[in-house]
Amino acid sequence: MSDTSKASTRPGIWRIAGQLSRTQYWLFAALGLFIPFALWALYAASGWVDAIFMPGPWSVASRLITWLVEDDLTADTLISIYRVATGFALSAALALPLGLLIGAFRPVEALLEPLTDFIRYMPAVAFIPLVMLWLGIGESAKISIIFIGTFFQMVLMVAENVRLVPMAQIEAALTMGATRYEMIRLVLAQSARPAILDTLRITMGWAWTYLVVAELVAANSGLGYAILKAQRYLKTDTIFAGIILIGLIGLVMDQGFRWLHRRLYPWAQARG
Amino acid sequence: MSKVIIQNVGKVFERAASSIPALENVNLSIEDNEFITLVGASGCGKSTLLRILAGLEYRTSGTVLCDGQNISTPGADRAMVFQHYSLYPWLSVIDIIKFSRQLKVNRENLSSSDVEAASGRAEALLNLIGLNKVRDAYPNQLSGGMQQRVAIARALMGRPSILLMDEPFGALDSQTREVMHDLILHIHRIEKTTIVFVTHDVEEAVYLGQRVVLMQPRPGRIHSIFPVPLPALRTQDMKHGEAFRTLRSEILARIRESTGITTDLDMLEQLNLQSAES
Repeated sequence: MSDTSKASTRPGIWRIAGQLSRTQYWLFAALGLFIPFALWALYAASGWVDAIFMPGPWSVASRLITWLVEDDLTADTLISIYRVATGFALSAALALPLGLLIGAFRPVEALLEPLTDFIRYMPAVAFIPLVMLWLGIGESAKISIIFIGTFFQMVLMVAENVRLVPMAQIEAALTMGATRYEMIRLVLAQSARPAILDTLRITMGWAWTYLVVAELVAANSGLGYAILKAQRYLKTDTIFAGIILIGLIGLVMDQGFRWLHRRLYPWAQARG
Repeated sequence: MSKVIIQNVGKVFERAASSIPALENVNLSIEDNEFITLVGASGCGKSTLLRILAGLEYRTSGTVLCDGQNISTPGADRAMVFQHYSLYPWLSVIDIIKFSRQLKVNRENLSSSDVEAASGRAEALLNLIGLNKVRDAYPNQLSGGMQQRVAIARALMGRPSILLMDEPFGALDSQTREVMHDLILHIHRIEKTTIVFVTHDVEEAVYLGQRVVLMQPRPGRIHSIFPVPLPALRTQDMKHGEAFRTLRSEILARIRESTGITTDLDMLEQLNLQSAES
């Protein structure tokens, strides 16, 4: 394997905490996505299991196309995205200022953090019956479930992001005569922005989880509902297509957040 | 009247189990335009004293006056340079330097001519620290020495009454540190700022200070104050001179004496004693 013409001493890729080139990274990533896909295709084609229970990749792909062309895939996707976006935005609109206040002021932390911690451990799914009683099965019910599932986590994570602002940054502003309001607006909020965007990226993933939960229980439209309906008619290809689609949308959103992070906060990227 | 008057200042840190006296009966007067260095073994309270001056830490007894005013909270008249991590990574070098002025502009709705004057001041400081070339760079693109230069310029922007420096060059390599020493002396001459400089490096304390305040631990207090017998205009070659070397050795000897530790063996013995007691 060793190429004597080049005297490079680049360490091997298997070294602990080692380095991968960009090409190598994508090679491994493609491999990681391809292997389960290939195993699935082989298993489905082998005939060991009825195609009703385990449709192959091709029938799932063709189902996805007919769903898009003949049925209302676009409408299902859009309504789901709408629910996630609304619930998530509502959550963020309240969690950001509240988290900032908890992170900035000890009394607010003492007042709200134990309470939030307590509620956070109540499973959001357990609130579904209550939400349905109070709000029925309209849009507000689904949005509420997403809100309950993400808000309390988000508050605590934003508060932690704010608490991790280096003390020296805060004290430097104090010795320049910054007021409390200026400290929050010009130092804490600014300094914590990249970490908060990461928090939003992570909670966005949870929002999708709770969307599907809400749509499985209390809906008559959306991707989660389509999956549930498909189960009734034994349309496993639709279930597969729905699950994969939700995964894909999540992946795209996650990458979108990462792109935004690199784009907005180049100053927070370099290490060391 | 002196610029800063510190009278009978004490500080007790209240812990859950016990209270630890960090400073006891500290008296010190600092003159206008003086460059004073605080030196001592770790735990001697030099940083605590500086932070009390800044208003970042509160004292539990005594009085501190700056320009005749009682000090209890931080204020723009007492700027501080920290050891590290104090720059704002989301701002460019020039915006960091202008930060204190930005606060004022937002608060007082200054006229455009005031803002322009501030810009002139920021550019002049940028020149003074020799970083015009990285005017629009961000902190993560700068070396440690450059970052500390920016921190100094930012602190000077609001023309503070005194400049407090808490081991500002402690994290730099020795070559960079020497360059920074001459830079801060130059700044002291140009800006005519009163500077209080904390360090654990005796050589640094003697080279920079007009007076060196030696502190000793348990509880933190002033051991003695040494006037530095060197000309006001310091040059690196003075470090090899008789006066410099004598004073440095003298202070080092006093530090060893005050901590009761002169060699590593002494330290081991002390540790053994402590473990035998407990």
